[in-house]
Amino acid sequence: MTDMSATPDDESLFGAPVSYSRGQKVVHPSREQYVAVLKQAIDAGYTMCSDLTAVDYLTHPGRELPSGIAAERFEVVLNLVSITERTRLRVRVQVPEADATIASCFDLWPGTEAMEREVFDMFGVRFDGHPDLTRILMPEDWEGHPLRKDYAIGRIPVQFKGANS
Amino acid sequence: MSVIRNVLDDGLGGIQHNFLTGKIEDLVKWSRSRSSWGATFGLACCAIEMMGTGGAHYDIARFGMEVFRASPRQADILIVAGRVSQKMAPVLRQVYDQMMEPKWVISMGVCASSGGMFNNYAIVQGVDQVVPVDVYAPGCPPTPETLIHAIETLHQKIEDGELMRRRRETGAGAEIHVTEIAAENSPVTLGATRGGVTV
Amino acid sequence: MTAVENVRQTSEGAQEMRPRSELGAKELMREVGSVLRMSEAEAAQLGQMPTDDEDQTMIINMGPQHPSTHGVLRLMLELQGETVLRCKPVIGYLHTGMEKTGEDLTFLQGGTNVTRMDYLSPFNNELVFSMATEKLLGIDGDVPERAVWMRMLLSEMNRMSSHLLFLATNGMDLGAVSMMLYGWREREEVLRFFQKVTGLRMNHNFIRPGGLAADLPPGWRDDVLSILEMLPPRLEEYDILMTDQPIWRERLQGVGVITAEEALALGTSGPILRSTGVPFDLRRDMPYLHYDELEFDVIVGSYGDAFDRYAIRLNEIRESIKIVYQILDRMPSGDYRIQNKKVTPPPRARIDESMEALIHHFKIFTEGFKVPEGEVYVGIESPRGEIGCYIVSDGGPKPYRIHMRAPSFVNIQALPHMMRGGLVADAVAVISSVDPVLGDVDR
Repeated sequence: MTDMSATPDDESLFGAPVSYSRGQKVVHPSREQYVAVLKQAIDAGYTMCSDLTAVDYLTHPGRELPSGIAAERFEVVLNLVSITERTRLRVRVQVPEADATIASCFDLWPGTEAMEREVFDMFGVRFDGHPDLTRILMPEDWEGHPLRKDYAIGRIPVQFKGANS
Repeated sequence: MSVIRNVLDDGLGGIQHNFLTGKIEDLVKWSRSRSSWGATFGLACCAIEMMGTGGAHYDIARFGMEVFRASPRQADILIVAGRVSQKMAPVLRQVYDQMMEPKWVISMGVCASSGGMFNNYAIVQGVDQVVPVDVYAPGCPPTPETLIHAIETLHQKIEDGELMRRRRETGAGAEIHVTEIAAENSPVTLGATRGGVTV
Repeated sequence: MTAVENVRQTSEGAQEMRPRSELGAKELMREVGSVLRMSEAEAAQLGQMPTDDEDQTMIINMGPQHPSTHGVLRLMLELQGETVLRCKPVIGYLHTGMEKTGEDLTFLQGGTNVTRMDYLSPFNNELVFSMATEKLLGIDGDVPERAVWMRMLLSEMNRMSSHLLFLATNGMDLGAVSMMLYGWREREEVLRFFQKVTGLRMNHNFIRPGGLAADLPPGWRDDVLSILEMLPPRLEEYDILMTDQPIWRERLQGVGVITAEEALALGTSGPILRSTGVPFDLRRDMPYLHYDELEFDVIVGSYGDAFDRYAIRLNEIRESIKIVYQILDRMPSGDYRIQNKKVTPPPRARIDESMEALIHHFKIFTEGFKVPEGEVYVGIESPRGEIGCYIVSDGGPKPYRIHMRAPSFVNIQALPHMMRGGLVADAVAVISSVDPVLGDVDR
């Protein structure tokens, strides 16, 4: 579980609370602070965004978060890398289901374009300011967002030909 | 006149055979089986094993298939190597439709044969939902020996002529299942028996 | 509705590019990226240029089925004559829903799923997944020494086989078809070693949480040494065949140039980033396993072009050979997996003897071992770049969310920037130098 006890209760980075997960630093900005925190991270040396993904916490709402952060259905997770300091930083932002939009990082890192499209395709989270928010992995006219927890895996029951049916 | 119409409709199989045309038809089937060209439809991991089969160790050139034509117009055998996703299925059908008769399909690997380990929303559960399949080669991925076994099975059926007759009647493929040959440490030598199968 | 009609209903959609003349400056700048290659004034001018019939551009489609051996990548190229102006990679033709399937498989079964993503370096996929699971379990410090060194050995041999395949496909794409045969000839030797160790030539599912599935077979040292002795003279042959050859150099030097700022902004990693001069290799900069105890060089290019990427990968094979020699010297004896009963299945013989062993075996293989709640991200250096695994666990036996940070998915974003202003024939060279694996891209 997230080691809340190992950190001082008010540790924060760039104005957002920090937690540690298995020794990895995680910062939790709110949606409003998101872009400002990322800009400060870039200034602090985190020049590369190696990953941008999302998690649907529909069936696991009771996870641990720092105090002051309200758990929402979706969480957008970024992994930043500092080439000079050789460290990583994780950023987790809560995104509510009712208004599943968040600012796009495209202007900060153009490399997040495909990753944000994938999050939109798989979860339905929209990114404001993204130049081309269309489906990337599924066909364009696909309905539904496959990685959501209320989307069935689509398993077909396998029937054996040799069975007496 | 009727002779010409028969030939146009059914190819050499439509000729009322005397011993001379019988021999010609055998010659045609013999040469078809020994110089069939594959269409490149390598999708995923099975494509790597397919390329390995074309490499120097397993060498399907000795079976006449070293040429993989990208243009479906020039290809005979469509080896569907890899998992077919929902987005790729129309493309597969298009490529199959563009191939000229006679054409055959080998479904290489479990993902192409039945959806494999990916029983979910994204993968077509078996390419026989999209194209008629003649030989299913199991394995994940099938070893080059298995693929050669599947290709040789297909070649044998082409030479016997059984495949073309069946297709005309039902429109389905031959749907032959071959057994998987486990990988072994030494490469296949021509004429060797491996797993009960002489390659 | 028949199956065929069903299929025809699913269209690929209108993922098309509109002609350049219809776009505004903002759209054009987006194609260039946030690292400006044109000034604001130039960009504004382009947007307002009148449509000139002589400047009519042509949008062509390359793929998804095409003879380049990189899988089902579709590129929409906007051409003016032979020059590529803009390019849009359309992916998704191999989307397998692996992340969704991963939520349905236990942590022990997860390796089978994950290993098929980047199918040219399966050990790296399994390794990063196992490392993330071990971190969540809290046993990442307890993995036995022999298991760690074995993992490194297999990982480096995989790097060699993946780069050999890169040399083969790169050669074939540029017309040196015999290179395809040579690359595969060497790769078969490495695959034969893998098959001796793991039982399979590809997609091994051998590196599992807690260690590996089995120990190295007797005689493995001789097999590895025979490979290591065979390779350097063959690499010299490739140097003569390709590196020093004028045609090869003409085709690759200056093609697909990308600058360091662009590479960092796009998030590329691996040989692409190193070819621009940024000496970032996760094995040395954020060491995992015991790479910090080994001596090896990180190969860095200077021009950021396709030739640098080719040379980097060729020399990385040499570096991997060096590393494997060191691993051979230092391989310790011991267990090949952690002896934690909750994680490791007991040996089959013990099941007959002990009820507890039987119960553990049953629980691990049917329900799966439970992993404590939390989330973790682990990144390692695969032959293509940084491959990462982000796992969220809710305390159950199956991952709540598993996400793989695929290096090729991000590296493909660099393609439009590399192809811009080049010729169509160079487009094939550029794709080949990026070395994408579509299983990784689409997952």
